[in-house]
Amino acid sequence: MSALAPAVEPLTILIAEDSAADLLLLSTIVRRQGHQVLTATNGEEAVELFARERPQLVLMDAIMPVMDGLTAARWIKQLAGEELVPIIFLTSLRESAALAECLDAGGDDFLPKPYNQLILAAKINAMDRLRRLQATMLQQRDQIARHHDHLLHEQRVAKAVFDKVAHSGCINAAPNIRYLQSPYALFNGDLLLAAYTPSGDMHVLLGDFTGHGLPAAVGAMPLAEVFYGMTAKGYGLAQILREMNAKLKRILPVDMFCCATLLCLSTQRRVVEVWNGGMPEGYVHEVASGRRTPLQPRHLPLGVLSAEAFDDRTQVWPMALGDRVFLLSDGVLDTADANDQLFGVERLQQVLPPTVSPTGSSTTSSAPWRLFAVRRGTMSVWWKSSCNPGSRCVRPGCCMPTAARHARSIGR
Amino acid sequence: MSIESEVSLDGKKLTIAIKGRFDFSSHQTFRDAYERFYKVPESYVVDLKETTYMDSSALGMLLLLRDHAGGEESEVQVINTNPDVRKILAISNFDKLFDIN
Repeated sequence: MSALAPAVEPLTILIAEDSAADLLLLSTIVRRQGHQVLTATNGEEAVELFARERPQLVLMDAIMPVMDGLTAARWIKQLAGEELVPIIFLTSLRESAALAECLDAGGDDFLPKPYNQLILAAKINAMDRLRRLQATMLQQRDQIARHHDHLLHEQRVAKAVFDKVAHSGCINAAPNIRYLQSPYALFNGDLLLAAYTPSGDMHVLLGDFTGHGLPAAVGAMPLAEVFYGMTAKGYGLAQILREMNAKLKRILPVDMFCCATLLCLSTQRRVVEVWNGGMPEGYVHEVASGRRTPLQPRHLPLGVLSAEAFDDRTQVWPMALGDRVFLLSDGVLDTADANDQLFGVERLQQVLPPTVSPTGSSTTSSAPWRLFAVRRGTMSVWWKSSCNPGSRCVRPGCCMPTAARHARSIGR
Repeated sequence: MSIESEVSLDGKKLTIAIKGRFDFSSHQTFRDAYERFYKVPESYVVDLKETTYMDSSALGMLLLLRDHAGGEESEVQVINTNPDVRKILAISNFDKLFDIN
């Protein structure tokens, strides 16, 4: 583009210059280039004019009476705020220090005297490009911020609905459950549900959907409905599992599924029945012998297999007074420290309750069992009816198990 | 992360090799690796020799490939799995769906 060709988009340009001859010359050149011109003969006038008319670009003489160009430039930059209003200093100054001072005051470029029309036009165009770039960037930033706020608002509303559905059970009311949940995002793919059956057994589900955020939470809603509905009607684990699997298989996209451990704890029969599809090993901790029985993942996650191929076989373990079940999701093991070292199974084993029963009050608690689970992303359950100072629990403000504390401390 | 796919000379086997992280960010590239062949091969091989990391969305992608390859009747092999990857596949019991070695 020829420098003398009219500018793409005419600008309003403020020219501050105390020499009447120079002012006339510059105004003529700039007008001829197709721009609108505002004129000031000292810095103070320039600042006032800028505040009133908001020109898009300023040509500013460095040395002027009343208020010099440097001071005026500082004021104008302050008034402009985030918007880029390029200031080109008109100067006969030659020393580096004086030129540098012009830039320090907020100037963007210089135009040496005597004025060259071609150079002036080219500089105005170059500065206009920068100005438009900055304007576009600010506009996009604001747009992103608006979208983000909107998204968060939607998520908060959805979360309120989700919490109503997901937390309608006894997870917070049951005295024998302790859990810790530290979510990665407002919504995450993790789900912890508990409810009593009509016969007084307790069903517990710890689930982990692929991915996180809203898509993962969407799958959790129907899962929770099936869990609570069928538990209340007295269905057993096998039927509940079949229904959950069939429902997820039907509604989820092929690449989404839900890893889950489902438990049925029976205080009458003193057993725990377990189905683990794709969750990391949990444990039954036998207080009397100190033995820890792993609850291995023996099945594919929910929502992968067809009804014909689905395997609903469960395992049953005896549980005595004081025994605990410990469940976790992969977030616990995958939590990394600053050096990308994962927490891992070995460290988890070290922070779990000692395998040899301590002679102490923790084994004589009045609770039938304890069950607990931890998760980076999320949650933990721990069964126990009351918390005495010598034992470990995760009730807020109460004592906390080393496992949970550690998982937290090496998190973010 | 890079994904390369190659059809055997007889056109019956498609091999997909995944280098680096196999996670959510590989979604589109992984799909392109098998969807761009208009002639459907008889069997698929996923080579994880140079895979450094795999998350649950990678498992989801394997399910997509399995579905594309014919679901229950599909023939999908997962080869060159390192111990970490094998652990992930074992926990999720994916060895029941895929031929893993």
